[in-house]
Amino acid sequence: MAIEDQIKETVTSSDVVLFMKGTKSMPQCGFSSRVAGVLNFMGVEFSDVNVLADDAIRQGIKDYSDWPTVPQLYVKGEFVGGCDIITEMTLSGELDTLFTENGVAFDQDAADKIREANG
Amino acid sequence: MPITAHEIESLLRESFPDATINVQGDDGAHYAAEVIDESFRGKNRVQQQRAVYAALKGKMDGNNGELHALALTTKVPD
Repeated sequence: MAIEDQIKETVTSSDVVLFMKGTKSMPQCGFSSRVAGVLNFMGVEFSDVNVLADDAIRQGIKDYSDWPTVPQLYVKGEFVGGCDIITEMTLSGELDTLFTENGVAFDQDAADKIREANG
Repeated sequence: MPITAHEIESLLRESFPDATINVQGDDGAHYAAEVIDESFRGKNRVQQQRAVYAALKGKMDGNNGELHALALTTKVPD
C-alpha cells in the first residue's frame, strides 16, 4: 500500500489519532508530550502513532497534512493542528467544542481544571 | 548548522514585511516566535501557521532541519 493510503487509513481508523515522537505512555519530545498529556488528562481515548518507529511515516505524515512538524492531531480524519494550536484550543475551550461536535468523549471537569491551572 | 533568532526574524520578515514579529531563544535550535499580521485575517490557525512555516523555507523540515523546535503563535492585529 502506498504510504499516503496507509496514513489515510490510520487517521480514519480511530476518532482521535495523534502522530507523535514516542508513545503516549513514553513521549520522546516535549511538544509530543504536551499534546499527549492534555489528551490523557482529559480522558480522551486516542490512538498514538510513533513516527520515530518508521521513517516513511515520519516523512509521509508531513506530506499528507502539508505540515512540517510533529506532533499532529487528527479528529475524525481531519488535521486539527500541532502542539501550539492544540495548546491554544485547550485553553480557549475550542478543543472541548471540537470533541463535543464530533462525539468524542472527554472529562469536562479535567478540561476545566487545565484552564483553571493555566488561566 | 545552528540558526540564530535574527536569521529566523529575517526569513519571516521577507514574507511578512509589515508584521509584528517577536522571536525568543538563543540556543541555536529551540525558539518561540510570535507573528502578528494582517494577512492572517480570515484564516484559521492551521492556515496561519502553514504560512509561517512556508516563510521559513524548509528550516523546519525533516531530520536535517536546522530548527528543531519553534513554538509558534500567530495572531491578527487588534
